[in-house]
Amino acid sequence: MKLSILVNEGPYTHQAADSAYQFTKAALDKGVEIFRVFFYHDGVNNGTRLTVPPQDDRNIQKNWSDLAEKHKLDLVVCIAAAQRRGILDEGEAKRHGKGEGAANIAPGFRISGLGQLIEAGIEADRLVVFGD
Amino acid sequence: MTTLHIVNKSPFEKNAMESCLGHALDGDAILLFEDGVYGALSNTRIANEISRRAGAVKFFVLGPDLNARGLGDGRIADGITVVDYSGFVDLVTTHGRTQSWL
Repeated sequence: MKLSILVNEGPYTHQAADSAYQFTKAALDKGVEIFRVFFYHDGVNNGTRLTVPPQDDRNIQKNWSDLAEKHKLDLVVCIAAAQRRGILDEGEAKRHGKGEGAANIAPGFRISGLGQLIEAGIEADRLVVFGD
Repeated sequence: MTTLHIVNKSPFEKNAMESCLGHALDGDAILLFEDGVYGALSNTRIANEISRRAGAVKFFVLGPDLNARGLGDGRIADGITVVDYSGFVDLVTTHGRTQSWL
């Protein structure tokens, strides 16, 4: 059984990001394969490395990165939604002349297109959507 | 093919739950989570509708989201099963498709 996850909301604005993380973690803990987690709309804000929440609060972005490292997860951020919200990798930062060190994509995430969402829907047995 | 309907809105705020009940077929399951857990409380307008459909449609509510809102098992309407995230995953894998009523 293979699942794909779609996250449409950003962290700390709606419970969707927390729910998607908890669901993904529970699935992996049970040995269910996660084909891909796709971040769309405000969901791309899950993929910035620059957030510094208070120490006694959960760090949602870091939780995703840690989960990706542990389970070799494919975390994909929609490129158009990311560019609107200032989420850049090295290549995009350079292409748009944003200067040295502007790349802020979190470890374990990659930026790609909507085709990756379509593929996630086709390749997985189920696509579970989290949003508002 | 059965469907798992996933509802994350309170039925006292949005009509997602009512739309879902209108589309759910016999054999389907409905999972209430996030603010949707308010739909699982007993002695409400929506609880009557749930008890009318219970059996033909299976109802579930996510325990961690109940607890996060201070709603214990004792306040849950009859015919609704409390599950954890592991149970949520099982519901997804045992139904043919999922529909999130966002």
